[in-house]
Amino acid sequence: MNRDQIRTVFFDLIKPYVRIPDPVISESSLLVDDLKVNSTRFVDIILETEDRFNITISDEEMDRFDRVGDAIDYICAKTVPA
Amino acid sequence: MNRVVVTGMGIVSPNATDLEGFRRALCEGRSGIAHSQQMQELGFACQVGGVPHISDSVAEEYLGAELSRNSNSSMKYAVVASVDCWRDAGLPLCRSDSSPDWDTAAIIGTCAGGADTVAELVGPATTAGRVRRLGSSAAERSMASCGSACVGGLLGLGGQVTTNSSACATGTEALINGYWMIREGRSERVLAGSSEPASIYTWATLDALRVATRQSNDRPQAACRPLSASASGLVPSGGAGILMLESLASAQARNARIYVEVLGGYVNSGGQRNGGSITAANPESVQRCIRESLEVARTKPAEIDYINGHLTGTEGDVKEIRCLSAALGRSFSEMPWVNATKSLIGHGIGAAGSMECVATVLQMTNGFLHPSLNCEDFHPEIGELEPRVPKSAMRTDCRTALKTSFGFGDVNACIIFRCWDG
Repeated sequence: MNRDQIRTVFFDLIKPYVRIPDPVISESSLLVDDLKVNSTRFVDIILETEDRFNITISDEEMDRFDRVGDAIDYICAKTVPA
Repeated sequence: MNRVVVTGMGIVSPNATDLEGFRRALCEGRSGIAHSQQMQELGFACQVGGVPHISDSVAEEYLGAELSRNSNSSMKYAVVASVDCWRDAGLPLCRSDSSPDWDTAAIIGTCAGGADTVAELVGPATTAGRVRRLGSSAAERSMASCGSACVGGLLGLGGQVTTNSSACATGTEALINGYWMIREGRSERVLAGSSEPASIYTWATLDALRVATRQSNDRPQAACRPLSASASGLVPSGGAGILMLESLASAQARNARIYVEVLGGYVNSGGQRNGGSITAANPESVQRCIRESLEVARTKPAEIDYINGHLTGTEGDVKEIRCLSAALGRSFSEMPWVNATKSLIGHGIGAAGSMECVATVLQMTNGFLHPSLNCEDFHPEIGELEPRVPKSAMRTDCRTALKTSFGFGDVNACIIFRCWDG
């Protein structure tokens, strides 16, 4: 998967968690502050990301998912061959 | 001391999942009991039960997509019944960003609350060493208070939001607790009732105890036989019944429709003495509970003209009728009208009392009594009661009703309603 494909998949993955009407998701969006994702559900996004991209995300790395673009960068680093 | 009235109701039961549908089902004597393929495949001796059907789309409409995905049936039943009750009471649904409604509390009891979640999700994941994969909602779904917590958040309740648990007396106990909260001025309104998952895990324990019937798997709607000589055990079910209890002053101030007044109620225990046990009632405590409820309600035994019994379709039925007769000082032939809502919807366990309170109030306010099904072969030990038990729907105006509920742990709850004349 290249970065664009990862971006598309991740956008689809987080959409059900977004709690604002007619959301516009961008790479600069903050999941909790901008997209109003219930912080309790943050762990579910992590688990779904692990399943979808076949990676493991440690608890220490979860803060990499605060901003959508940072999360995509993180997934790319874990999945895209150097 | 405030007077307490009922200003709204909501129901999710095996034979209807809305108030008007439930009224019709009661009138028609429609059973909600069905054969369960799952129970058969799992080797249950009892293979019949009552399962309320809430579709995914209805659940999503009431709970929203995210919460619907992260809820169990106990939560869904509680929310559908509570939101319907709220609307029926004529109260506006508040926005998610509004301030809490400080004047409304919720007491939504359950026997097993999140049992399904623990059995299907938490238990297997934990023993398999996959705790990390449980997901965020395992905690809120596993709580005994999953139903009340879910309702409290959706409706923005700012009063006490809690869950009581007293086995099969839970629902009626919730109403009595709510009655006292309003009576003593601790809340203007209380959403009171209970919710119970139609859970095969709860039902399994009753099957193991040999208290669920195993003689009518091929005739589900004849399985639950309260007051019958051939009664052979209870039929498990689930659901939710919620009533809006409100101070008379609050109801009148907002010009709310009043269904009935709650005159009073009482809860006690038999201490598992004198014939009482973890599964059986001490008859002395049952009679005390009935008498004390009359005392609280300042009601004479002769004023009771309808009893919605606990009546499960077990050997407890005869004992209950004897206790009622003794406590009221009325012979079997002089008893008020008596029927058993469980003959239609099975035994909703923690939700039984509240669903049956909704049935009681609907009958009182619509001038009818529903048929008590499957008692054509009336139990001979209480034969003189038979003319007091409607076997088909009948029109009659019952002014004052007694609802009885008894539960494992030798616990009792009785509540008295009176028609509201304005």
